[in-house]
Amino acid sequence: MANLRTPLFDWHVAHKARMVPFGGWDMPVQYTSVIDEHTAVRSGAGMFDVSHMGRLSFGGAGALDLIQMVWTNNAATMKEMQVRYGLICKEDGGTLDDVLVYRWSYGWAMVVNASNRDKIVAWLKKQMGPLDVQLQDQTLDTAMLAVQGPKAIDFCAGMFDADPSKLKYYFALPTRYKGSNCVVSRTGYTGEDGLEIMIKNELAVELADELLARGVVPAGLGARDTLRLEAAMPLYGHELNESMNPVQAGLSWAVKMEKEDFIGRQALCDAIQNSGKQPQRIGLELEGKRAAREGCQIQAIEGSPIGTVTSGSYVPTLEKSIAMGYVQPSFAHAGASLIVDIRGTLTAAKVVDLPFYKRAK
Amino acid sequence: MDKTRLKYLPSHEWADIQGDTCIVGITQYAVDQLTDVTHLQLPAVGKAVSVGQPFGEIESVKAVFDLNTPVSGTVAEKNLAVEKDPSIITADPYGKGWMIKIKLTAGPMTEHLLTLNQYEKQLAEH
Repeated sequence: MANLRTPLFDWHVAHKARMVPFGGWDMPVQYTSVIDEHTAVRSGAGMFDVSHMGRLSFGGAGALDLIQMVWTNNAATMKEMQVRYGLICKEDGGTLDDVLVYRWSYGWAMVVNASNRDKIVAWLKKQMGPLDVQLQDQTLDTAMLAVQGPKAIDFCAGMFDADPSKLKYYFALPTRYKGSNCVVSRTGYTGEDGLEIMIKNELAVELADELLARGVVPAGLGARDTLRLEAAMPLYGHELNESMNPVQAGLSWAVKMEKEDFIGRQALCDAIQNSGKQPQRIGLELEGKRAAREGCQIQAIEGSPIGTVTSGSYVPTLEKSIAMGYVQPSFAHAGASLIVDIRGTLTAAKVVDLPFYKRAK
Repeated sequence: MDKTRLKYLPSHEWADIQGDTCIVGITQYAVDQLTDVTHLQLPAVGKAVSVGQPFGEIESVKAVFDLNTPVSGTVAEKNLAVEKDPSIITADPYGKGWMIKIKLTAGPMTEHLLTLNQYEKQLAEH
């Protein structure tokens, strides 16, 4: 099956992007250089086409009940226009996806990972039962652009009917761009301040052109990956998968046991009880500039295998080789000296606190 | 650098064979594909290297690639400057960005290497 293309496909090609397949889509991995694009986001502002992310809307009287049933976080305590991160788990606690939930006056929305969209839509339909829910997948009718960086809000000043600088972090607002409805959300996946803009397909190119004219630098999946790695945000398929639960991934803050029952609750309660027995997600700083890649073995100092790298790269802001991975819990504490086998070269590494990078407030 | 004098591997290494010595580097195309070179691993001087085997590796932010050996022999010299600062390769891949010099074993095989014409034809087909 041919990959899907976002409404910005031709725009990316015209701006000399290198296109790669990602989650069933053809996406730009870089325009000029991963390091330059990464640096633009940390120092000014970059824009990412994130139209491949799944955008689902929920209407009907049963929408809240459905979200509460499938989601680890608590939607009932969310304010209107608030955005919250949480997980969708199986009964056994394994992670089906990590998603953002939006609360509107008129209903709910969810942003899911591109590669999990079909799976999550099917899962929601299966769990829905007799609940009164109108679930709509709006992914193919809309585009989504992320504008990220310390200057992102300034660069977007005056573009929308509403003023996004008034938005609090993890809040979103339905507004208008050039007379057309859109949503502006103060969220992102880079560790920087910024916006994610959801807009009709027809206006995507105009929006991208205007952002470019205002000085926002186009950035691809390559920079998105190094940015989220520095910010220690999990990437589904790497730090999260169906055999990994959110507790061992260090995401217990997004699992709310005090709310009503939800799918996976019992398993996650057990996981918290047994957290001393399961592999835990950790951050590693490696010696030298060589990157540890997914699958590299993590060893104790004396050489016994204790875990595996899930993501790793040389990262531009910290100018270091860093990695995330899972290790046996007795090694999962900051300061522990470990070894990573990088294609046969045993490389010294140290467990460090996450995130690796945190922006100045 | 007269690129017509060089021989090429399909994997984008160039070989400058002069007498019993061969200088090895990577092509402009390889540099354009890599963009952000972060690390370069070269063999020790005196190490035997052979055709079909990697002599080292080059790494960008996104991925790591083997550097393949164009001719068999022993490593006579390596470019310490590029090993320390791989950005030199990006700036001048055919000059200051050379990687190693190989002292050829007697009667080296070179039939597997491409001419500039053949290499460029391969790029065009890619």
